[in-house]
Amino acid sequence: MSVETYTPRAFHRQAHDALGNPQIRSNFRRAMDGLMTKRRDVFSDWDLETLRELGANIRLRALARLPDLLEQLEANCVANGIRVHWAEDGEEACRIIREVCESHGAKSVIKGKSMVSEEMHLNAHLEAAGIEALESDLGEYLVQLNEQTPSHIIMPAIHLNTDEISDIMHEKTGTDRTRDVDYMTAAARAQLRERFMNADVGVSGVNFAVAETGTLCLVENEGNGRMTTTVPPVHIAVTGIEKVVEHLRDVPPLYALLTRSATGQHVTTYFNMISGPRKAGEHDGPREVHLVLVDSGRSRIYQDDELLDTLRCIRCGACMNHCPVYTRVGGHSYGTTYPGPIGSILMPHMLGLEETKDLPTASSLCGACGEVCPVKIPIPDLLVRLRREAVGEGRGNVPGAGVKRTKKEVAAWKSWQWLATHPAVWRTSLLMAGKLRALTPSKLGPWTQYRTAPKLAKRSLHALVKTHRRERGDEP
Amino acid sequence: MSARDNILKRLRERTDGPLTAPDSDFAVVTGRGWSAQERLERFERWISSVHGEVIHTSRDNWTADLAKLLQAKGARRLALGREHPVAAEARAALAEGEVTLIDADRDVEEWQQEQFASTDAGLTSTRGGIAETGSLWLWPTPDEPRLISLVPPIHIAVLDADTLEDTFFDVIEAHGWAGGMPTNALLISGPSKTADIEQTLAYGVHGPRELIVLIRHAEEHP
Amino acid sequence: MTPVKLYPTKSEKVYFFGTCLVDMFYPEAGLDGIRLLEREGIEVLFPEDQTCCGQPAYTSGYQSEARAVAAAQLGLFPEPWPIIVPSGSCGGMMRTHYPQLFAGTDQEALAGEVASRVYELTEYLVHVCHLQLDDRGQAEAVAMHTSCSARREMGLAETGPALLARLGQVKLVEQERAAECCGFGGTFAVRHPEVSAAMVEDKAQAIEATGASHFVSSDCGCLMNINGRFEHQKKAIQGEHIASYLWRRTS
Repeated sequence: MSVETYTPRAFHRQAHDALGNPQIRSNFRRAMDGLMTKRRDVFSDWDLETLRELGANIRLRALARLPDLLEQLEANCVANGIRVHWAEDGEEACRIIREVCESHGAKSVIKGKSMVSEEMHLNAHLEAAGIEALESDLGEYLVQLNEQTPSHIIMPAIHLNTDEISDIMHEKTGTDRTRDVDYMTAAARAQLRERFMNADVGVSGVNFAVAETGTLCLVENEGNGRMTTTVPPVHIAVTGIEKVVEHLRDVPPLYALLTRSATGQHVTTYFNMISGPRKAGEHDGPREVHLVLVDSGRSRIYQDDELLDTLRCIRCGACMNHCPVYTRVGGHSYGTTYPGPIGSILMPHMLGLEETKDLPTASSLCGACGEVCPVKIPIPDLLVRLRREAVGEGRGNVPGAGVKRTKKEVAAWKSWQWLATHPAVWRTSLLMAGKLRALTPSKLGPWTQYRTAPKLAKRSLHALVKTHRRERGDEP
Repeated sequence: MSARDNILKRLRERTDGPLTAPDSDFAVVTGRGWSAQERLERFERWISSVHGEVIHTSRDNWTADLAKLLQAKGARRLALGREHPVAAEARAALAEGEVTLIDADRDVEEWQQEQFASTDAGLTSTRGGIAETGSLWLWPTPDEPRLISLVPPIHIAVLDADTLEDTFFDVIEAHGWAGGMPTNALLISGPSKTADIEQTLAYGVHGPRELIVLIRHAEEHP
Repeated sequence: MTPVKLYPTKSEKVYFFGTCLVDMFYPEAGLDGIRLLEREGIEVLFPEDQTCCGQPAYTSGYQSEARAVAAAQLGLFPEPWPIIVPSGSCGGMMRTHYPQLFAGTDQEALAGEVASRVYELTEYLVHVCHLQLDDRGQAEAVAMHTSCSARREMGLAETGPALLARLGQVKLVEQERAAECCGFGGTFAVRHPEVSAAMVEDKAQAIEATGASHFVSSDCGCLMNINGRFEHQKKAIQGEHIASYLWRRTS
């Protein structure tokens, strides 16, 4: 199956296409408006700031003890009968999962929603090995039917409207064309139930991995996550190494923040906590549970005090829901597994700044993302940090650092610096510019395509203040 | 070196040095201080808001309400356990009726097709409820396995009113979850749902379309 | 959230940092800000050697250039007077980012000290001057766009509207999605012109839909952007800096 491909390198073109697509524009605008309203309403009777403070604090504590907690998680999982694997990168994680599948002669894998599996392109890897990988989250299923990738980390099919989904289901599964969402949902239920029963392996993500008990927590509404982790004889959970939390009691605040921030729900339908495979005497659940811990650049992010905050993320998607850029261009424009603000601060570490150099600048730094982040990640500051890294003025802790540095741009900023540090020249320039304002170009490149060019004032504030003082008698 | 050792080594030999772990104050997720009545009201309000149905009943008479409910829903095949008092009482009460009782306390491999295709409802006990979010908490057992609250189109859950607690945090702490977790612990808050088709809510996408909570009160509920 | 700031009592003197955009494009707004302060009996000092806060380079990643320019401003405020900035964006830069920019340098302490004295103009007028306004203008409806820096970085979503509410003849009308960015974002508008254009188009439409014939902002970047869009479409509606609006209606 060929999947429609977007790349971060083509951000400008992809954004251009999305901006010119009224359907995409209205689908995202409506969805994001709804999500913002729901989030605001669901937090209205909470002490949100205190809760966010606690969320940030729990995540920071987990990161502060990360190596110890990973070892503790591993020890407790193993004691619970879960087999634990470690992977340096997505490729290694794919290989581990494929080998587990092959050891069971698996031909068919059913998947619960997992962004880490998207990040490592697990489906393509398994398909190449002759193992079918089918998504079971309704949104992921639809996106997969449509040979696309998710456009949002929580709501994968948010770029599609009802009519488009009806067409996709009709063409790919033979259902009637309809606007009846219940009909389509029931059809998908029937299609996927067959697949759950026949799947050899279930693959899921993890929302929180609890070190103290060796427990994997999954948050969901549909029940496909419970199906994936209960029906097939083998369950493989795959997660980034940063998803660990220290204690079980750390989970309720994060869960409260996650559901409210993500979809404005006070709770999800299911909170599924798995602490092992089927035990002797138990009648259902997988016989084997595996946990694959994936690094993929996370341990590099971990080295740097400022970048570390990136790893606090609990993947709620609130930053994209509130991002005015994401709302306009949609998720696919970014060309990365994680789109929107969190993607723009995370993906450069995974793909390098060469690939992703347009992402950290794809923000007006309006601060909406940082304002809503449930674990208080200073996303705008991190965007600026990555801009610094891109032009070679950071610490060089990001792959591809310095890739955007050009002689021309450096020279421009140096001239600006020289002017702004020579106040007398600055004032003279303003004076001259004011006199020559008629010569100001009315075309300033991209700016004037959509706006008129700003006109330099006849007299600068410096000049006006001088006159003002004279008039007031402050100055001779 | 293995991936494991490499990863742990990089984390331990952190460029910017060791990090200090802060302490956490959990006051914001506990200490609600609700009365039994407030807990009940909140539970009912929240679980109703997500399409859960609540029926108030009593310890003594609940099986009669169960029978009525099954009839009203047209549920003719009910999966349930055997040993838990909820299952035992239900079996006794329904033994003579028209509802077929399906044993859930057997390996799923023996009856998977039956469970997926021809079971109308699953009956489970619950360990308790959470007022703040309108959630049930279940620790599935060999007697009442994981899938009977998930696979049949209707899930009927029996909750004793006096097992309601304020918050999820309170439940974890009061019941010492950290001291020993079961294979699977679950919070259930309403029936299965999705909003993946243009934000329109639809129920029963993978799990039950309906969740009915029979809340049992010690005395007759007014 | 910005921690609750404890405001001092009104100072007899203040520094005024005009910002480069005001200096070049909206000097009247700067002067009107100075006049409003002077009318409150405050002596306003305008350090002549001021140029730019350094933000354009800072947000573009050019840290050393930003630091050099910011360093040139640090020495302009030797006396302990408050520093008033008629912009949430430049005010936010100076208050929030100067300490980060100079962290670990020998100017760290000075940067922190200067940052602690920075106030956005409407903030100072509301919280310190407790400004009273005698509205002499015609009755009218006005819309306001609060810049994202004022709103989020400085936590000043309320000070502009609070001042407008003190104008007896003016009714503040709120546009849809008032808190959403207008798409300026400094170099963002140049690096991502199409996305920026889509944002300013929505903002302009929302403001127009309020029916107000006028809008105000406390940031000249936003003004330049939204006004430029209105003008490009030959719309009559125009915005001005809130300082000019307040001065115009009360002088």
